[in-house]
Amino acid sequence: MTREDAFSQFLLRMGDNTLVLGHRVSEWCGHAPVLEEDIALANTALDLIGQTQMWLGLAGEVQGGSKTADDLAFLRDAWDFRNVLLCEVPNGDFGRTLMRQFLFDAWHSIQLGRLMKSSDERVAAIAEKASKEVAYHLERSADTVVGLGDGTEESRRRMQEALDYLWPYVGEMFQSDEVDAEMVKAGIAPDPASLREEYDALVSRILGDATLTIPESSFAHKGGRTGAMHTEHLGHLLTQMQWLQRAYPGAKW
Amino acid sequence: MYAQMVQSEATQDDPEKLAAFQARIDAGEKIEPKDWMPEGYRKTLIRQIGQHAHSEIVGQLPEGNWITRAPTLERKAILLAKVQDEAGHGLYLYCAAETMGVSRDELTEMLLDGRMKYSSIFNYPTLNWADIGAVGWLVDGAAIMNQVPLQRTSFGPYSRAMIRICKEESFHARQGFDAIRKMAEGTPAQKKMAQDAVNRLWFPALMMFGPSDKDSVHSAQSMAWKIKINTNDELRQKFVDQTVPQIEFLGLDLPDPTIKWNEERGHYDYSDPDWSEFFEVIKGNGPCNVDRLAARNKAWDDGAWVRDGLLAHAKKKAARQHAAE
Repeated sequence: MTREDAFSQFLLRMGDNTLVLGHRVSEWCGHAPVLEEDIALANTALDLIGQTQMWLGLAGEVQGGSKTADDLAFLRDAWDFRNVLLCEVPNGDFGRTLMRQFLFDAWHSIQLGRLMKSSDERVAAIAEKASKEVAYHLERSADTVVGLGDGTEESRRRMQEALDYLWPYVGEMFQSDEVDAEMVKAGIAPDPASLREEYDALVSRILGDATLTIPESSFAHKGGRTGAMHTEHLGHLLTQMQWLQRAYPGAKW
Repeated sequence: MYAQMVQSEATQDDPEKLAAFQARIDAGEKIEPKDWMPEGYRKTLIRQIGQHAHSEIVGQLPEGNWITRAPTLERKAILLAKVQDEAGHGLYLYCAAETMGVSRDELTEMLLDGRMKYSSIFNYPTLNWADIGAVGWLVDGAAIMNQVPLQRTSFGPYSRAMIRICKEESFHARQGFDAIRKMAEGTPAQKKMAQDAVNRLWFPALMMFGPSDKDSVHSAQSMAWKIKINTNDELRQKFVDQTVPQIEFLGLDLPDPTIKWNEERGHYDYSDPDWSEFFEVIKGNGPCNVDRLAARNKAWDDGAWVRDGLLAHAKKKAARQHAAE
């Protein structure tokens, strides 16, 4: 694998995470439990889509400049997507959506913090801009997880169910492969495994405040960030997201 | 215009106080929440501001219908930003209504059980991507026609909310025009979408201004109180005059074959919408009324555990803080 190939894969991983999660969050539009949450969810989705434009824009550039961020978002098939599975699982109830957001935000904020020191200036610049937004995402999702975990009996039960469902998707964010090894060597990005300790400390503290129990099993689903095996859900998401571009090829929107 | 057919309340207050109140309005003073006001003024405004707020909330649905299918990342971002603005407008307006002694939850319940209305326009579907452009351009455009004069309305909090909202709405209308322009200048299929959107949304947009002046029974009192500034027909004409040249600029066919410049009047002649359709929509028989209200009810009901949970947590937290002090 060349340095360019690895770099491009890395950028797709970053951009596909924000693209797919941003899409999921945007599905809530107009259906949130309270007006403030409608605003916050739209705002989160908007930030994530903005970050996607930057990551996939850079991916296109690194690949030689013939593809735009839109080409990458709307014209690749599921097997070319490199997001972690956590980002593509369906929203479920509001509790699952916010738990997924928290589990991702916690990783995202640590990852962006490291990327701000990337040897590639473009990566560092995107990370710097995104980290401001993600700091707010994390604050909000953590507060909501605590509020709902330590709320009523029902809200606690639902948050525990959400955590039990999502926990097997957490491990994938920390798996390393040859792409990561290449990025570490180039000083572009950290080894994913090296983020785990900080992540566990953060997540245990918040989930403790939320009176929730982290499942004992460390089993981790995988296949999203390598593209080897996505969930069945991604294909459905893409049929919607990519429909106009696919149905009317070449049109300018 | 997001408030239609707002019934104004008869008022039975002390004639002297009423005269003094009217004198303040005539002098262009702003009425603030703590000031004395006639009961009819208060009730009418709650109804009007509430209806406007509800329209912003329900209005998320036809636009949200296309967020997951937006054709580019930029269009998706713009649409998300717009819908987020609308929800924010709902928030300011509920706050303005709350200054008159009604809670947001009470207003929400009245929306959900059908006692309060929202604008008829949101009971029409968004069927192709060009509708998103047309909604920004025609629907937000029509709303601005009404909201610009309402910046001068007599009730201070409402006026201030309008000033803020108008700034964002004019951005919405511009982005809508830009989106539909791309379609009108695009492939034959895109042009067909643009034409279809204009044909379907033209008359519903005209309905946003409310019934014809001759059938509008609530105007006189509201105009005296400066909570309505222009008549329905004045605003509708202004909208037609502004929009017809834009349709021509886009190279689209006019959605109403009777539209014609009238040299003598200095305005475009046009056909009224089918008012029987309008009254059916208001009664609940529009294409989307049942689904829109069901979607809002489902969001509210499904969210009950979230609101209860967060409230319970806030109480626990306050109790813990209290115990620690």
